[in-house]
Amino acid sequence: MTELAFGLADRRQRDVVEVVLGFARTLRHAGVAASPDRVEAMLAAVGHLDVLDPGDVYWAGRLTLCGSPDDLDRYEAAFNAYFAGEAPRRSRTSSQTEQKLAESAPLSASEGSGEESEEAPDLKAAASEAEVLRSRDVADLTVAERDQLRRLFALLVPAAPMRPSRRRRPDRHGGVDMARTIRHALHDGGEITRLRRRRPRPRPRRVVLLIDVSGSMSPYADALLRFAHAAVRARPAATEVFTIGTRLTRVTREMRLRDPDKALAASGHAIPDWSGGTRIGEVLKAFLDRWGQRGTARGAVVVVCSDGWERGGTELLAEQMGRLQRLAHSVVWVNPHKGRAGYEPLTGGMQAALPAVDHFVAGHSLAAFEELVKVITDA
Amino acid sequence: MTAFALLAPVQRRCNARSPGAWESGPVSQPTASTSAPADPDALAAALEATGYLPDAGLATAAYLALAMHRPLFLEGEAGVGKTALAHALAEVTGRPMYRLQCYEGLEASQALYDWDFGRQLLHLRAAEAAGAGGDTAELEAGLYDRRFLLARPLLQALEDSPSVLLVDEVDRADDEFEAFLLELLSDFTISIPELGTVRAAVPPLVVLTSNRTREVHDALKRRCLYHWLEHPDFDREVAILRSRLPQVTEELARQVARATAKLRSLDLLKPPGIAEAMDWATALHTLGARELDPDTAARTLGAVLKYREDTDRVHALTRGVLFA
Repeated sequence: MTELAFGLADRRQRDVVEVVLGFARTLRHAGVAASPDRVEAMLAAVGHLDVLDPGDVYWAGRLTLCGSPDDLDRYEAAFNAYFAGEAPRRSRTSSQTEQKLAESAPLSASEGSGEESEEAPDLKAAASEAEVLRSRDVADLTVAERDQLRRLFALLVPAAPMRPSRRRRPDRHGGVDMARTIRHALHDGGEITRLRRRRPRPRPRRVVLLIDVSGSMSPYADALLRFAHAAVRARPAATEVFTIGTRLTRVTREMRLRDPDKALAASGHAIPDWSGGTRIGEVLKAFLDRWGQRGTARGAVVVVCSDGWERGGTELLAEQMGRLQRLAHSVVWVNPHKGRAGYEPLTGGMQAALPAVDHFVAGHSLAAFEELVKVITDA
Repeated sequence: MTAFALLAPVQRRCNARSPGAWESGPVSQPTASTSAPADPDALAAALEATGYLPDAGLATAAYLALAMHRPLFLEGEAGVGKTALAHALAEVTGRPMYRLQCYEGLEASQALYDWDFGRQLLHLRAAEAAGAGGDTAELEAGLYDRRFLLARPLLQALEDSPSVLLVDEVDRADDEFEAFLLELLSDFTISIPELGTVRAAVPPLVVLTSNRTREVHDALKRRCLYHWLEHPDFDREVAILRSRLPQVTEELARQVARATAKLRSLDLLKPPGIAEAMDWATALHTLGARELDPDTAARTLGAVLKYREDTDRVHALTRGVLFA
């Protein structure tokens, strides 16, 4: 009798494990990184709750498998699809606005992704979401371009603005370090022979790069992304990279890949609105709401790389630039067209943005990038 | 589960809490010792009794954190009740609560423990004056005694087990601290080189909160239960206002909740949280308002909106429409 019960319990346990593993697989396809240890945690959580209650299973999975608000919508969808049951909760609304932005993106020409599937199947799965917007193959650059850019990146390595931090380090000058002074005194039998001092340790200031990847910027986007890659490689923890176009995409993770070509290819897959239109105002607002105001832009050097072609009205852009300037340590605007002789910032977007810009620089040539490095370092 | 072996040769429980003015106690003292709730609903009921009204997801999250001994990682807009949950849980479980407020540059000496150098020096001088002399090794060993150790929140939470440990706004701390926290949360031990390893008899209930000012590292989140807290729905908000502010009339609470919900839908720079709604209701009550009319609402708007741009926007909208 007990043996039978044990057998049943054992079978039921196996079933649960299978179901959960299958669900985790579905979830991974949906783009949530449900790693094995998280799945293990979900099994443990289910063990503490009622396996037959969909609500309990829903929460056990959501609490253990998800890791950010971005995961929640995907989790919701995957859960409903997999268990094909009633959802215990409504879906969040944030995806709707994103969808709206993406839908209205103007589409123009050029497919460039034939053989990406063998290279990065995961990325393809992530990029081929409901949006019809295509990603662009950034690998085919001319040899001359690549050489020139590689030389350029070597120059960027030491470029990071510094700021004083609250952590202190031993130094010959500065305030008295009580702890160290007394610790040394203990060695000397309680006699204070010398005052030990310390002062704030400088830390790299955060640099946020917002790179316009719309159609009008396409000749420069590759160069700018390579510049961004070099910046991220130099200071991985203190650099954030976003692309702006019809929507905001965070590519910091992709940029952390060591190899520049791979990093650019990965970013290319991640960016859904390559060579589309621009809504700088809207996207800047999205950046500030989602990231900037919470801390990413606070005290940072924010570099906006764009030609200022704004599809929508410029009122929103002006307002958001003002907001950005109040948050950031300094705002740098890189406009590749500024390098041309006789350039005047006449585009509506540029006119609207300039009052809130601290440094306005060009970004079209090697020399211009050198200057940009200097501006960022000194900002 | 990987358990880092942090074992020092001497394993000593430093449980004896020495008296002294420097020893700071827990943030909140246990009111009554209660047994662990049997399921999420029981926990929800217990939390409601303390004045904290969780929804199903949050109750499940807190229940699992207790049952699985896994830290609870709470994210959400400011003012949705992340910190308050830790306080409520401490009250429900009857455990003492220790709070560590994170900030950039937080060091081990402020989070873990520090040696009381002044007292050590004094001890040394006293020994000298008494002419103890002789055995220097013994004197030195005496310097690194539990008496001279200043326990900070993390160590306190482990020593005073079982306890509730609130690591508030972990996103404000820097990467180094995060890595360190990871080590602590994986096996709930702290090794003090001079003294030995401190291990919690029962792992503390750890609540980490984050406002998402920066992305917390995946490795830390993976060890936790993750929960995203949302603004409460209308009925829950009214219930929260009523339970937290019994002096406020039902009518006023409903109007404040409705107006706050409207403000949240306006796409403001800082949508008001439940904390702001409570401030607002208190402000209105203090002014003697029994209900929310456009005029008092406009005068007390500073309790809910904290940006000039937001205030301007709301003023520009028809007041009658907003606070109907």
